[in-house]
Order: sequence, then structure tokens, then C-alpha cells
Amino acid sequence: MTSFQAILEGDRLALSRLLTQVENDAPESRAALIELFPHTGRAHLIGVTGAPGTGKSSLVNQLALHYRKAKDKRVAVIAVDPTSPFSGGAVLGDRVRMRDLAGDPGVFIRSMATRGSLGGLAQSTANVARVFDAAGFDIVVIETVGAGQSEVDIARLAHTTLVVEAPGLGDDIQAIKAGILEIADILVVNKADRPGVEATEKALKSMLELAHPARRVFRHHGIEMETPLYQVESRHPLWIPPIQRTISIDGGGVPELVEAIERHASYLAQSGDRALRERARLEAELEGLIREELVERFRREISAARYEKVLEQILQRELSPGEAVKLLLNGRFK
Amino acid sequence: MYDRKKLDELKSSLKKWEETSLQKALTQMPERREKFVTVSSEPIRRLYTPLDAADLDYAADLGLPGEYPFTRGVHPTLHRGKLWTMRMFAGFGTAEETNRRFKYLLEQGQTGLSVAFDLPTLMGYDTDAPEALGEFGKCGVAISSLKDMEILLDGIQLDKVSSSMTINSPAAVIWAMYIAAAENKGVRPDQLRGTIQNDILKEFIAQKEFIFPPEPSMRLVVDTMEFGAQKVPQWNTISISGYHIREAGSTAAQELAFTLADGMEYVRWGIARGMDVDQFAPRLSFFFNAHNDFFEEIAKYRAARRIWAREMRETFKAKDPRSWLLRFHTQTAGASLTAQQPENNVVRVALQALAAVLGGTQSLHTNSLDEALALPSEQAVTIALRTQQIIAEESGAANTVDPLGGSFFVETQTNRIEKQAYDYFRRVEELGGVLPSIEKGFFQSEIAEAAYRYQREIDLGERKIVGVNAYTEDKPLTIPILQMDPDGYERQVNRLNEVRKTRDNGRVGQTLDRLRIACEGTENAMPHIMECVHAYATLGEIVGVMKGAFGEYQESTAI
Amino acid sequence: MTEKKIKVLVAKPGLDGHDRGAKVVARALRDAGMEVIYTGLRQTPEMIAEAALQEDVDVVGLSILSGAHMALTPRLMDLLKKNGQSNVQVFIGGIIPDEDVQRLKEMGVRGVYGPGASTEDIIRDVKMSVAG
Repeated sequence: MTSFQAILEGDRLALSRLLTQVENDAPESRAALIELFPHTGRAHLIGVTGAPGTGKSSLVNQLALHYRKAKDKRVAVIAVDPTSPFSGGAVLGDRVRMRDLAGDPGVFIRSMATRGSLGGLAQSTANVARVFDAAGFDIVVIETVGAGQSEVDIARLAHTTLVVEAPGLGDDIQAIKAGILEIADILVVNKADRPGVEATEKALKSMLELAHPARRVFRHHGIEMETPLYQVESRHPLWIPPIQRTISIDGGGVPELVEAIERHASYLAQSGDRALRERARLEAELEGLIREELVERFRREISAARYEKVLEQILQRELSPGEAVKLLLNGRFK
Repeated sequence: MYDRKKLDELKSSLKKWEETSLQKALTQMPERREKFVTVSSEPIRRLYTPLDAADLDYAADLGLPGEYPFTRGVHPTLHRGKLWTMRMFAGFGTAEETNRRFKYLLEQGQTGLSVAFDLPTLMGYDTDAPEALGEFGKCGVAISSLKDMEILLDGIQLDKVSSSMTINSPAAVIWAMYIAAAENKGVRPDQLRGTIQNDILKEFIAQKEFIFPPEPSMRLVVDTMEFGAQKVPQWNTISISGYHIREAGSTAAQELAFTLADGMEYVRWGIARGMDVDQFAPRLSFFFNAHNDFFEEIAKYRAARRIWAREMRETFKAKDPRSWLLRFHTQTAGASLTAQQPENNVVRVALQALAAVLGGTQSLHTNSLDEALALPSEQAVTIALRTQQIIAEESGAANTVDPLGGSFFVETQTNRIEKQAYDYFRRVEELGGVLPSIEKGFFQSEIAEAAYRYQREIDLGERKIVGVNAYTEDKPLTIPILQMDPDGYERQVNRLNEVRKTRDNGRVGQTLDRLRIACEGTENAMPHIMECVHAYATLGEIVGVMKGAFGEYQESTAI
Repeated sequence: MTEKKIKVLVAKPGLDGHDRGAKVVARALRDAGMEVIYTGLRQTPEMIAEAALQEDVDVVGLSILSGAHMALTPRLMDLLKKNGQSNVQVFIGGIIPDEDVQRLKEMGVRGVYGPGASTEDIIRDVKMSVAG
């Protein structure tokens, strides 16, 4: 029995071991990924990102609980934390906040370190999510820290990306600067029982107005009135990120958040956006793999000495990198 | 304090000394290390002179003992008038066993009780709760109901002996049991003297024995402060503790800064409840660690008194001088004890205890030599107590007030720690205060960082610990280890079942219901807890009701 | 292909909250290049075994200072075995009397460390245990 068949039959140890192989990009995992690919494409992938201190892990905990209890969905969580650039090691601590999920066979939590390359992380996360998808998890939550490029890359994997903010952190603006707002499908103001929640929400709103001019706030006799989102949607093939308040300590606002995620999922399906995103994602993956393969082939064909020599010429400014490419590839790929 | 001209003269003679005498000495024999640091990794210079203490204003910075700012001590005669309270922390197994140990300690000349509770009790579980598996009586006594408390205090004169109870999250409940047990013996609450630790902030910061989230936990603390001020006026309703912060691996300055920051937070909450600061501040007491670095520790206690007096008078506008006093208990550093060559721990404890005495402590616990291996045996506890008695009676350390005051070195260190504390206060302020700093894991990661640095220094041999990475021996252990009553668990569980069977269960249900309503509202919960306790509701039942009303807390991840 | 990282689960079973040792060890292992999954306080043997399974770890490190080690460890060892993870190496740190150290090792615990243990030793032993 291949590991994949065992996984289909609910063998959690086999699943866990395959995840390790996938994460390590081990040769055995490639065969399994080929085998499981036809079974993928069913899960809804939710990206959760935001600055430290916004309570992401607790929110993921509540989100998963709600999907289990109210929706009877199987939930996988991929919790990504950074690798120390000095030692290559990492401390992955997200499970601490997810203890409510212990003992539930419908939940599987996997911690991942970012390890070396960012591109590699995005690819291995995609593959890990794919394994969960094939293994029959309905919801795959990918949680990442901070506001860096790696988060943006990983968020692209997700069907619905939640950007989490919290009042009183003072770094709202920073997160937005880093371009993270642009990847948000839903904005979450977590810890909404705290003072300052209005201010955070207001800041997000005005940022949204800049980013999405379609969203208008009208004033009618001095009262702020918004065009309700679903109305905009029905007339307009444009999704405007709603702002959802949650309290991750007790799960307040989480049912509404899940509704918003579901609205987004049906928007994706109806507007054809899901297919477009999927296409773009798979195309990017295909392109990446082609690039990788081509470079590998090229390196096999070209002698190391010749490569070094050309590199040396570039260093000496005798050749430009562009000219060098032509020289090296000349006659090889037509 | 010094004559400017004389200082200038000193400056030039110091310069000359460096060029001549010192230079010669260094050429003949270089110093043992390039850098000398305290146990908190603070650099220490070769020599301190009046130049280092030149800015000291005697009246403003030191003052006289018993007077503002109390740097030299909280009482004019200090240990000449009354020795510190020798208070040995004890507790293990069943209430019967611990009661016997208490009576033994009182016979040996101990002057106050100090109760250690087991982990199920500390976490609000009854002995037979599934979460309590394997933990019964291991690091303290199990108290699951008023019945256990009555046995624990049997034959002890509660109007004479003061008791300190190390209990935090369920402090209100355990204190209620103590008061109820006294009432049942005919002792009135206003006759009781003692302390409950009740310092929940340091649980979130360091010891991690929390149950409820920070806000309701703080509300319970203020409930006890208020109840104490009205009904149990001689009781210290909170012992603001740096001990556990230090044990978790902090530096001396962090211990001081975080503890005082916590203290000020309790004051803010008390004032917010509508109490006058002078109504509760005199009943706030402190609890510090005594670690290995002799002078740094003494400086820490002195700085603590000065900062607290200033903040209470200037920031919180307390008018009663008793509100300005930082009175503290000290325990020698458990984390400094070694499992290797455990007899050496007697010496460590003696030096740490001496620092506490010279630093002006009001009470003291000395650790037993076997505590890195197991619970202390009776013999080990006796040696630890005798250590205090030797310091008190033989060393002369208790003959004068603040004997190290005016030491150029100690005054410099006192100033240094004070400055570091204010730096931390500012950072906590910038993070939005104590509770937000806890949520963000600020204290936790500062401590974890310091703990890691310290361990690495030992592992790399930069810091020497006798018996651990220096002067090691390969010798089997020979010290006797305390053996607990093997039938204790069964006896305790039987008693608990008996209580549940024989009490008036209707009354238990009613009192628990009223407690639930009080907890969901804003009314002081203490009188309702007293009712539950008197009805023999168990600890687990009472805390269960509170969990329902308050929720439970999950730690923040700060490695 | 990425180099195979050593994955370690660091957990605190039982009720005690003294996490200094667990955190110091977690950091030391991280600085030795390992991936450490920290599960936090008050973990039951069931929770630890489940996390070990989901994370496919090579090593489980337990920190127990309360004296409950003899009640908690056998349960964890059984659960690991039941889950097909007998290959996972278990290490314990805490205040553990000598006679218990022997019994824990008989249960299959790979290493036991008391106060004064060096992180260098722990790192070395963990690496060796995974190497075979």
C-alpha cells in the first residue's frame, strides 16, 4: 500500500510522515504528490496573516472550533513561523494557543518553519496544503506571522486571505505599508473588546477607500451610510473586503467571520474568480517548475569550467550578464 | 555629601594611583579575568570611591532609617529592636503531615507559619480531579475543603501565630477557608495576622499558575484587598513577589522593576475601585529573592525601598507614611541550589540569607540543602533554620542598621539598579501598561532571554558554579530524602468524599449560585466565597463556578 | 533538497508552571539548528502524543518539576507506542530522584536531566539519539 492509500484510509501517522517528506522535498514525496494531485482542488484554503500580538493563533483556534462544531468540516492548520537566520533552527509556538483543538480527530495541526528560501517555502506550503486537501480536509488554514514578502506569497495560495489587526498595537499603518492590505479578502479586527477598536476600524476603512475607490461612504443627514457589500457584489464583479470584528478569547464574532468567508467563497465561484486564481496559481507553479527543470538541465549540459570562465569574464566586465546568457545558451535551445 | 575640593584632590590621586601602584600591580600580576560581572551580567569595576557617589544627596537619597525615603530601612532600630520573622515555607502531603511539621517548626523556635500548597490546590482542583493525576501533596499540602484547613491548623493559636500562605489564583478561596477555620475555633477575623501571596500578575509574568484571564483575576485581587481593609485589617492581602520572576531566570534589576511595576498596578486598580490609597497601601507587602551576588542583592533591596517610597508619595499621593514603606519577605534562591554536592547549598543559603538581613528584610525563608533533589527533609529544614539563627545571634549582622549604607560600591549599585528599574517602567508604559505588556509577552521574553544567557554562560564555562562546572566530584549522593506517607492520597480522597456526603448539599448549591451571580456582576465576591466555604463547598467546586463566570486563560507564547 | 532537520517537541505535562527549563532548552536546541515545537504548559500525555504524531517529531522533551513524572511518563510512552511512534526519543528534565531515573530509563526514556545539566550535553545527546 502506498502512503497515499493509507492516508485516504485515515492513517494519521502516514499523513504526518508524508508531510515531512513533502516539507523536505524528499524524492519519495514527488511520487506521492503526483498520485494525490487528482484528488486535490476541493478544500477551501484560508490564509491568516497579521502582525505579532494580533491574536492570530487564538483566532485560528476559534475558527477551527467553529468549523468543527457548527459546520462539521474537517480542518487542517498549517502554522508557519520563521527560521532563525543564525542557526537554521526555529521555535514553533503556535500550538500553545490551539489547545482547544486537542483530541479532535477532525483536526490536524502542523507547524512549519520558513527554513531557507522564500520561494521554496511557498512551494512546500502549497504542497503541504495539497496533501491535506487530498486527505479530505475541507478547510485548510495557513497561518503566517508578520507582514513580509513570504506572507504575501503564501497568501496567494489561499482562496480567502484574512488580514488580522488588533486595537492598540500602534502598527496598523506599518502592516498596510507593507502592502498586506492588498492581499486581504477580509479584514479582521481581533480583540474587539478592547478600547480603540473604533479607531483601528476607522483607519482600516480609510485605507480601504484609497485602495478600493468603489467603496463609498455616504453621508445622509450627517449619518454615515455605507452601501452594503452584497448589493455592491450583485451589481459589480468586484469584491470589497469587509471588516469583521472578532474576540478570539471567547469566539465572539467568529460565526459572522465564517459567514463572510463563505460569502467570499461563493463570490469566488460565481464571479469565476476562483477559476482565474486557480489558473494563475497553477500557471505560476508550472512556470516555476519549468524554470527549475531548465536550469537543472542546463547545469548538467554545461561544463562547470566553462560556466566559471564566463562568470569570471562577467566579473572582469568583459561580458555583460545578458551577453553571457546568449553565449552560454547559443545553439542549445531553439 | 563630599567637599568639591577634596573630590578634586581624590581625582588626581586616583589618576596617579592608576599610573603607578595599579600599573605596577597589573604588570606583576594581571587580573584573573578581563571582565568582572555580577550574577546579572552587570559589569563591576575594580574600585569604587567617593567620586562614584559624588552626586549622592544624603537626606534625599538615603535619609535616616524609619524615615523617607527609607533607603536605609523601614524601622529606626530595625533588627536591634526585633529580629526578622524566621518563616520557613513548609507543606507536603496531607493536612495531618503538614500540621505535624508546623508544630515541629514552632517548637524549634520558628516565629511564623508559611504554608506551601500542592499543585492541584494552587490550580484550583480538588485532589481527585483528573487533571491532578500524580500531583497530590508533591510540592505542598493538599487543601480541597474547609475540613482540610481545619486539620492543617489544628492546635495552632491563630490569634498568636502569623501565617503566610503561598497561594495565588485561588487565593480568595483559600484565605476564606483560613478565616472560616479560625471563626470555627472562636478567633475573630480582626485578630488574624498573616499574608496571602495573591500576586496574580507575577503568575502571568513568571510562575504561570494562572486560572482566569488577567482582568477578572485582578478584580478578585481587589476584592480581597477591599475585604481585608474592612474585615481583616491585620492581614497583608497581597505579597507582591519578585521571587518567582527571579527564579524564572530574570536579572536582579528585572526582578525589582517588574515587581514594583506590578505593585503600582495593584495600587492603580485599588484606587480605581474607589478606595483611598492609604486605606489599602499599608497592607501591601513584598517578597524578594536572595540570589548569589551578595552586594547586588543588598543594593536591590535598598533601591526597592527608595523607589516604592517615592512612587507612593509622589505619584500616588499617599499621605500615610505607612503607605510609603516597602516591607518585604525574602527567600533564598531555589534556582541557585545544586543537585551536585548538595551540602554546599548550606553555604550558598547562608550567604544569600546574610545579604537579605543586611538588606533589611522583615522576614526570611532559608532553603534546605536537599531542595534540588526533593522536598526538604526535617533535618535539612532544621539546618536551614539554624542558619538564620546563627546569623541573628552570632554574626553581628543584626547589631546595626544598614551597615553597608555609604559603601561607595553599594551606593553605586543601588543607583544603578534604580535607574534600570525606571528604564523598565518607561518601556512598560510605552507598551500600554502592565497588562498589555503581559499579553505581548514582554516580561516573559525579557526573562527567558536573561535565563538563556545565564545558562549559556555556565555551559560555556564563563560562569563557574562550584560542583557543577568547577571543582566537580564523581561521588554518589548520600543525603537522606523525605519519604511521604504512602497512604496519604487515599486518606485525603476518602476525607473529600466524606465531606461531599455529609455536608448540606442544598446549602452548597445555593451558596455556589449566589457566588456565580456575584462573579458575573461587580459585587465583591469575598463574602460569597466565605459562605461557600462555610458550607464545605470544595475548592474545585468554587473555582469551577468562577471559571464559568470569568473564563480561563491561555498563556502567551514567548520563548 | 533540503537537509533533514531534527524536530523536537518540547512539552510541560502536569500542573506546574515553571517553564524556565523548558524555554532555555527550547532556545538551546533552536540555536543548535533544530526545529522545536513548543506546546506550552499543562499538557496531558494524550495531548503530547497527539502533537508528536501530527508534527512527526524525532524527539519529545518533557519538563516536569512537580514530582508527577512517575504518573505521567508511563502513559506517554504507551501512547507513543500505540500510535506507532516507538522510534520517537523521549528526554525528561526536572527534579527527578535517582531511583526514578533508573525506572524511567527502563520504560524507554532516553535521557534524564536534573538541575545543573548543561544544554551542551542535552544537544549532544539529542543529536546522538536521532543519529541512531
